[in-house]
Amino acid sequence: MTTTAEPGAATAQAGPDRHTPEALQAEFDAAVAADTRIEPRDWMPDAYRSTLVRQMAQHAHSEIIGMQPEANWITRAPSLRRKAILMAKVQDEAGHGLYLYSATETLGVSRDELLDKLHAGRQRYSSIFNYPTLAWADVGAIGWLVDGAAITNQVPLCRCSYGPYARAMVRICKEESFHQRQGYELLLALSRGTDAQHAMAQDAVNRWWWPSLMMFGPPDDESAHSAQSMAWKIKRHSNDELRQRFVDICVPQAEILGLTLPDPDLRWNEERGHYDYGAIDWSEFQEVLRGNGPCNEQRLERRRAAHDNGSWVRDAAAAHAAKHRKAQA
Amino acid sequence: MTGQTGESASGASSSGQSADGTPAAASTGGQWPLWEVFVRSRRGLSHSHAGSLHAPDAEMALRNARDLYTRRAEGVSIWVVPSSAVTASSPDEKDPFFEPAGDKPYRHPTFYEIPEGVKHL
Amino acid sequence: MTATEQSRAAAAPASPGAAAAEKAAPTLEGPALAAARALGDDALVLAQRLGEWAGNAPVLEEDVALTNIALDLLGQARTLLSLTGDEDDLAFLREEHEFHNAQLVEQPNGDFAVTIARQLYFSVYQELLYTALAEHGGDLAPLAAKAVKEVAYHRDHAEQWTLRLGDGTEESHRRMQQALDALWRYTGELFQPLEGLGVDLPALRERWLEQVTAVVEKATLAIPQGADHTPWAAGAGRQGVHTESFGRLLAEMQYLHRAHPGASW
Repeated sequence: MTTTAEPGAATAQAGPDRHTPEALQAEFDAAVAADTRIEPRDWMPDAYRSTLVRQMAQHAHSEIIGMQPEANWITRAPSLRRKAILMAKVQDEAGHGLYLYSATETLGVSRDELLDKLHAGRQRYSSIFNYPTLAWADVGAIGWLVDGAAITNQVPLCRCSYGPYARAMVRICKEESFHQRQGYELLLALSRGTDAQHAMAQDAVNRWWWPSLMMFGPPDDESAHSAQSMAWKIKRHSNDELRQRFVDICVPQAEILGLTLPDPDLRWNEERGHYDYGAIDWSEFQEVLRGNGPCNEQRLERRRAAHDNGSWVRDAAAAHAAKHRKAQA
Repeated sequence: MTGQTGESASGASSSGQSADGTPAAASTGGQWPLWEVFVRSRRGLSHSHAGSLHAPDAEMALRNARDLYTRRAEGVSIWVVPSSAVTASSPDEKDPFFEPAGDKPYRHPTFYEIPEGVKHL
Repeated sequence: MTATEQSRAAAAPASPGAAAAEKAAPTLEGPALAAARALGDDALVLAQRLGEWAGNAPVLEEDVALTNIALDLLGQARTLLSLTGDEDDLAFLREEHEFHNAQLVEQPNGDFAVTIARQLYFSVYQELLYTALAEHGGDLAPLAAKAVKEVAYHRDHAEQWTLRLGDGTEESHRRMQQALDALWRYTGELFQPLEGLGVDLPALRERWLEQVTAVVEKATLAIPQGADHTPWAAGAGRQGVHTESFGRLLAEMQYLHRAHPGASW
């Protein structure tokens, strides 16, 4: 057997010195450099921890808030097959939120704290969910474009340096593979259906295309957290890199759908080997981020209501557990 | 040497646990304690850690685990354990704790040289 | 036909007309068909109600649990309705009086206690019914044998929550008792004879009452004392007579499908 040197082993020889801030930092840096996962009880820089909490909480909140725009159509799904698919998908989102809260809790914050922050508007969720689902086709557009963008973002996160986050993402990516496909299939049925259905599909794609591109975050030169996150291997690719990858994937898919993407500047660039696309309206992004999107208040209000209306239920179960623990003791 | 928390609760000594290590099904505010979930994916395999969840008590933890971690038929058996009941080795001492096992290569079959042509060994 | 329409039609083998032609003929007929359809309606309508909870449950774990139950029921509904015709035509194109679900399942969700009371009454009934159907043999036996496992879990879920709400806080106790009381008058209908089913429904009531009573009393609650049916001669869900909220449930469920006659989805 060959003894593989643990990244930390090199610095371990110094004995007590291992516990100096410099030694701990060096051990952490070496682990990240060697692509060893950081695990919950390892020492980690405070900024690494808080960056993870911010990003993972935002991710978890996005799953939970993201249930709303799609759940909006569960009761109106136009066939029983579609109803079952949509229910299963919205259920997955609740599940994914739970996986992510569970992973975030390994960093020393409780889910209650995170939910309180969400409800108080002190932690964000993805801005995309502040757009309304106005028609049935929006369910398809969300699956194809929003989930497509999310998957493009998430696949690299399966190799994120923080172990619990990476593991949650492996599970989520595996489960989400059906989400994007069902959206595409839904749009295809509409696009190939009646004129009214085709128009509904085109309208949905027109409304969701640009917000989907914004999901990758601001351009690289304006992204506040990107560089550090890349260095920590929380993030593996830049915003613009992932956005380009997404555009390149979507253009041929749109052609097969028989739908157009609402960007007159979209064309193949032989030299770059990529599609060029038009300028993104970042002022809209900033406005939605500031809370002025079409549904910001509605989404949070609904989430708070669900939480508040459920408090007597949670209290009851806790009280029941306490009574019966006492009875057993 | 040891820490009193499982993975999901590590560092979160305040989250859903009482000082005596029992899950605090909080009489205050209905906060539910954290449970670690272990799933046996099929017969012949051992249970492995799937994640965690919140539940008011063990019965509900089992049911929540069934709904959350085996929606796609990923399991044939589930264990739930209060996170506060997990005792973990301390990462601070990971080298002293595990290193002694690292220099005993004779515990591994590859340590032994066998002439070519010897079969079934 | 425009050029784009032509190309779309060419690309899509399943045009609305073709889809209609592919619709399978019902495998059941007569009273057996009507009975299967009534059970399918029960499952469909309750799935629709539970679907309204998505994103609104008291705790995220319960969002997942309630959706699991809704998906099981929707699956049962699809199997049952498909035995009696085209599932989508039946779900989306019938009017209120053509649905034969029991009134219990169409009752609005109310608070979590009302939903749990409805679940308790209905899942205990469904478990007894499917068990009997599976033993009885016949066309519905394979479905019943599969569904009984699902329903056993629904019953367990309802029991667990009845215990916690009943024996939880003062508030939860009060809400749970109110919910049991409010829905009690819809329970008698479940045991009206259903021709063509091959199961003696009235005979199931005694065991149903035993099981429900055991749970309710363990939860420190009381079995309601009032009548278990409404005193209205017009009949009940099994005769196609429903409560007011049912029309709204259907309006919401059916509007999109009806707005695009003949379309495929």
